[in-house]
Amino acid sequence: MHYLLRLFVQRLALGLLTLFVVSLVIFLSIELLPGDVAQQVLGQSATPENLAAFRRELGLDQPAHTRYLSWLGGFLQGDLGNSLISGLPIKDLISERMYNTFFLAGFAAVISVPLAVLLGVIAALYRETFLDKSINVATLTAISVPEFFVGYILVWLFAVELGMFPSIANLSEDASLGDRIYRTFLPALTLTLIVTAHMMRMTRASLINLLALPFIEMAQLKGASQRRLIVIHALPNAIAPIVTVIAINLAYLIVGVVIVEVVFVYPGMGQLLVDSVAKRDFTVVQTACLLFAATYILFNLASDLISIASNPRLLHRK
Amino acid sequence: MNAILHELRKAPLTAKFGIAVVLFYIFVAVFAPLLAPFGESEVVGYEYEPWSAVNWLGTDSLGRDMATRMIYGARNTIGIALVTTMIAFAVGSAAGFFAAVLQGWVDQVLSRAVDVVISIPTLIFALLLLTIFGASVTSLIGVIALIYATFVYRIARAVAMGVVVMDYVEAAQVRGEGLWWIMRKEILPNAAPPLVAEFGLRFCFVFLTISGLSFLGLGIQPPAADWGSMVRENASLITFGDLTPLIPAAAIGLLTVAVNFIVDWMLHKASGLKT
Repeated sequence: MHYLLRLFVQRLALGLLTLFVVSLVIFLSIELLPGDVAQQVLGQSATPENLAAFRRELGLDQPAHTRYLSWLGGFLQGDLGNSLISGLPIKDLISERMYNTFFLAGFAAVISVPLAVLLGVIAALYRETFLDKSINVATLTAISVPEFFVGYILVWLFAVELGMFPSIANLSEDASLGDRIYRTFLPALTLTLIVTAHMMRMTRASLINLLALPFIEMAQLKGASQRRLIVIHALPNAIAPIVTVIAINLAYLIVGVVIVEVVFVYPGMGQLLVDSVAKRDFTVVQTACLLFAATYILFNLASDLISIASNPRLLHRK
Repeated sequence: MNAILHELRKAPLTAKFGIAVVLFYIFVAVFAPLLAPFGESEVVGYEYEPWSAVNWLGTDSLGRDMATRMIYGARNTIGIALVTTMIAFAVGSAAGFFAAVLQGWVDQVLSRAVDVVISIPTLIFALLLLTIFGASVTSLIGVIALIYATFVYRIARAVAMGVVVMDYVEAAQVRGEGLWWIMRKEILPNAAPPLVAEFGLRFCFVFLTISGLSFLGLGIQPPAADWGSMVRENASLITFGDLTPLIPAAAIGLLTVAVNFIVDWMLHKASGLKT
């Protein structure tokens, strides 16, 4: 148990270190800018006095490490600074959008995770049959086409031809849960299709990898049925890889929302990030990137920790 | 030559299909000016004209011929993705081989730097860097090549690690060959086969990432014809039940599927030869 705990703490420390280094990279990347932020924002015609005032206002006259510490400190206390272009507090810009993005990603996750594991088990159970091959072709296609293609096909089918769902997912702030689900359905379905394809393929692959191991052969020889073989013998041993796959895809979901949000004009973080990149609003981009990267890293860290915890071999160290 | 033809004839149907599609795309990209009925950004009629004998796929949001832009798009979109992948492979595998041969602190510094870049989601990091360098084709190629070079680095390093322990590398070191010579003459030929299959897969990722960024308006810039931006510019047609704007997106998907089929076949063959 002691050994497991140490492994856990090690992984946790490594994850936090990564997070710290990534925040440093995101902060310092602005320093790569040719010229400086003030010059970029105010343009070539700005007077030296204007530039100096702008720098003082943003604290750009401070050395980089002081600025980094106050940025990170503010971040941890919930003070995210102001937008470079509009001057509004970033916190007000993103709080609503953060919630919307997590709602969309969560919605997609609730559908896609059970669906992917189920389809993966079915494909492994009936491997090399027509069913397995059709699932294989369908998922390969879903992975290969761009996300916006999937999104627009669904818009065309469900919004234009069938008229069942709205093509634009605009949310009013006081929308009821039912209305929210109704309006978020198409973007969530798009994400589900993309992520399920990835997860299902990996679930199938990790199950089939296991089937070559001796204990499966043993079960086969004692006459266990195909179904029993997969569900009782293989599946428990595939939990670690499957959980890893799910966590990786949830991390991907958080990132994949960017394009899907733009397709459906969904008021989330991805839309905000893309708009801010186009406007070159550095402070908003930094904040949004850090939030996206942090979520991604935390999901990956969680997958590491769960796969350690679900591996009983680690309990008895040789 | 005959041996190659013989191999091709034995290839599974999916691989043949993949090769045919890729050859067709290359043909269209190379001969774009000869195949296209109009100029790349020439305005030939009103906005959103329907399909006709003159404008095969109708016209786009500015009255430019869709079919012409599809053909030029093959050249721009695939060309830029290919150049980016090649730069990523040149930089990534050179750095990977370098780390594998020298090891020690060089390997540590490079590998940890790569770890950091990989821990940031690709699209997010690309958006961050594009904010800094501005959206242009040069910065697009540079940024995406840099990000994907990190993935190539990991594979190249892992493959090269297996090669540097071979006696012939040691022999070359003992007879005093330089670092560059060892990387080029000893490691590269032996690390090439797995890297070629990887090239196909990475090309798909790069192609999809660049199309995605262009769709977001942050990749290939107008007036250059490009499949990702074409979808974005004409997307409003879809709400009127017209699927023409999705043809470029389907073209992207078809090429990705085709390359995947070829890579699958190559990997299958490679694994089959070992056993």
